[in-house]
Amino acid sequence: MSEPLLDLHGVVRTYSRGGLISSDYFRAVDGVSFRLEPDRPEIFTIVGESGSGKTTLARMILAMVSPSEGRITFRGTDPARLNRRRDRLAFMRQVQPIFQNPFEAFNPLKRVDRYLLMTARHFAGARGRDAERAADQALRNVGLSLAEVKGRFPHELSGGQLQRVAVARALISRPALIVADEPVSMVDASLRMSIVNLFKVLRDEHKVSILYITHDLGTAYYISDRILIMNKGRAVESGDARTVLDNPQHPYSILLKSAVLSPDPASREEALAP
Amino acid sequence: MATDRTRAVLTVEGLRAYYQVNTFGIEREVRAVDDVSLHVNANEIYGLAGESSCGKSTLVKTIAAAIRPPLRVLAGSVTYRFGERRVSLYDLDEGELARIRWKHVSYIMQGSMSVLNPLRRVRSAFVDFAFRHIGKPMPEFTAMVEAHLKRLHLEPTVLDAYPHELSGGMRQRITIALATVCRPDFIAADEPTTALDVVVQKSVLAELRQAQRETDASVLFVTHDMAVHANLSDRLGIMYAGRLVEEGTTAEVFATPAHPYTAHLIASLPRIGDTQAREGLGGAPPSLADPPPGCRFHPRCPLAMDICRREVPEMAWIGDTHRVACFATKAETA
Repeated sequence: MSEPLLDLHGVVRTYSRGGLISSDYFRAVDGVSFRLEPDRPEIFTIVGESGSGKTTLARMILAMVSPSEGRITFRGTDPARLNRRRDRLAFMRQVQPIFQNPFEAFNPLKRVDRYLLMTARHFAGARGRDAERAADQALRNVGLSLAEVKGRFPHELSGGQLQRVAVARALISRPALIVADEPVSMVDASLRMSIVNLFKVLRDEHKVSILYITHDLGTAYYISDRILIMNKGRAVESGDARTVLDNPQHPYSILLKSAVLSPDPASREEALAP
Repeated sequence: MATDRTRAVLTVEGLRAYYQVNTFGIEREVRAVDDVSLHVNANEIYGLAGESSCGKSTLVKTIAAAIRPPLRVLAGSVTYRFGERRVSLYDLDEGELARIRWKHVSYIMQGSMSVLNPLRRVRSAFVDFAFRHIGKPMPEFTAMVEAHLKRLHLEPTVLDAYPHELSGGMRQRITIALATVCRPDFIAADEPTTALDVVVQKSVLAELRQAQRETDASVLFVTHDMAVHANLSDRLGIMYAGRLVEEGTTAEVFATPAHPYTAHLIASLPRIGDTQAREGLGGAPPSLADPPPGCRFHPRCPLAMDICRREVPEMAWIGDTHRVACFATKAETA
C-alpha cells in the first residue's frame, strides 16, 4: 500500500487579532481533512468566497505557514518539519505553486526567461544549454517557446501568456502536485479557458495532480474531478465535482450555486431585470 | 426603439482618445479609444465588454470627463441631453464641468473600494461629493442622505463608520449610494463588482439596478464578465483593441453574435451543468501603441480574409438594433 500523495487531517490555522491588551483568535482554517491518492492524478478543486481560508490552506500545503493543529503529510513526511535545505528543495521540486496575479508573481525588472533558467538550475540541476532545453521543453508544454519569451520583460507579455509562463515554470522540476491559487481570476475570459484546458493536459499527459483553488464555479464544474466547498474555514461539502455542483446539499453550497450568474440573457435574475 | 437618437441621453461620435507620452524625446502614442460612436438611451443600462487593455476604462473616463494628461481627446464629441438641455462635454470650461459632475454625470471608479478616504468617516465623503450640488442646509442634507441610504437597504449608521470597518461589498454599496445621491441623469460604472465575491456581487448588482430604476438614470456599465452583462445590461457593446466591434440588445448579442471575437467570447463561457470542451482564444491582444493594420482582430481571427489585413471595417447595421464591424459577416449577409 503506497502512501497518499497528500494527506490533510484535521488541519487548523489560527491567527491572533487585536493588540497587546485584548486579543482574540481567529480560525482561518478550521479542521479540514482530505487526501490525494498517489497513482491517480486528479484536479481537486477548493471553492469558497474570500475569507473562507482557501489561500491559508494553500500556504500550509506549500509549507509557507505551519498548521496550528492537525497534520499535513506529503508522501508520508510533514513538509513543515523539513529543516535540512536538501530535504526542503526535494519537497519544493515535487510541489510547485502558481499564484493569482501573474503581474505580481514576476519581478517587473527581471526578464521572464531568467525565472525559468533559475528554476531549471535549482530544481532540475541543469546548467547552460541543458537549462535552456528544460525551459524550452516546459514552455512547449504550455504552447509557448523559449524563443518567444527570451529577453522579454513581464510587461511585454499579456496576462494570459504570463500565466502560462508561470505554469511552465512550475513544470520544469517535474512536480507531482501543482497548487494553483486562483490562477485564472486575473486573466481575461477569452484566455481563461486556455489556462484551464492546460490543467487538463497536465493531468492527463503529465500525470500531475492539481489543487485548483477558485471562487469560479463555472470553471470548477468544467475541469474538476473532486471538489471541496469551504465556508469560514470549514469544509462544508465535498465529493465528486459534478455530483456536488449538480445537486448541492449544504445550505452554503446551495447559496453559492444560486449566486452564480448564468451567462444566458434568457434566464436573467429577477432582481436585475429592468 | 434603440435607434431613436432623440431619446439618447448620451451620444458619442467618432471619439478618439489617445495617451500621448514623450519620454526623453521619444514620442509614443497609445490609441486607447479609436473612432468610437455609440449612444445610451434614457433609462437603460448599456453594457460595455472586452478584455483588459481594450480601452474600456479610457472610454469611461472620456465620457465622465475624468481625463488627465497624458490622456487627450483628439477628435469626436461627447454630447449629453439633460432634460431639454444639450451639453457638449468638451466645449465646457472647468467651472461648468464642475457643476455637471456628480449632479448630472456621476462615475463609479474601478477599484472604488479604495476611493473612500481611510482617515475620514463615510459621512465626510458624502459631504465632499454631494453637499454643494444639493444646496440644502446641513440637517436637511443629512436627512436626504439617510433617506437615500435607507432606500438602498443600507443602515444610516454607516455614515459614522470608517472605511476599514466595512467589508468590501459594503464599501462598494456605499460608492453606489454616493454616485446616485444627487439623482444624476447618467452614471458611468467601471468594473464595480470585479473585486467582489459571487454572493456579494449579486446583491451589489441588484442595488445598482434598483438605484437606476429609482432615479431613472442611464448607466454605462463596464465589465469583462459576460455573465454580469447577460443579467444586467439592456444593450451591449463589445470593444476590441480600442474599437467598438459589435453592438446590439443583450439578447441579440448572446443569441446571434456577429463578430468572430464576440462569438468566441460567448462560446468560451463555462456553464454549470455543462462539461463540453471549450477552447481558449489563441494569440494575444495587440499592443495599442502599435496596432495591426486593417481590422485589429485579424491576427487572431479564424475568418480573416485579404481585405481584413488592409482595410478597417466600418460599423454596419445588420438589424434594427444590431451593428457589427466585420468584413466576413458582411460577405455572408450580402
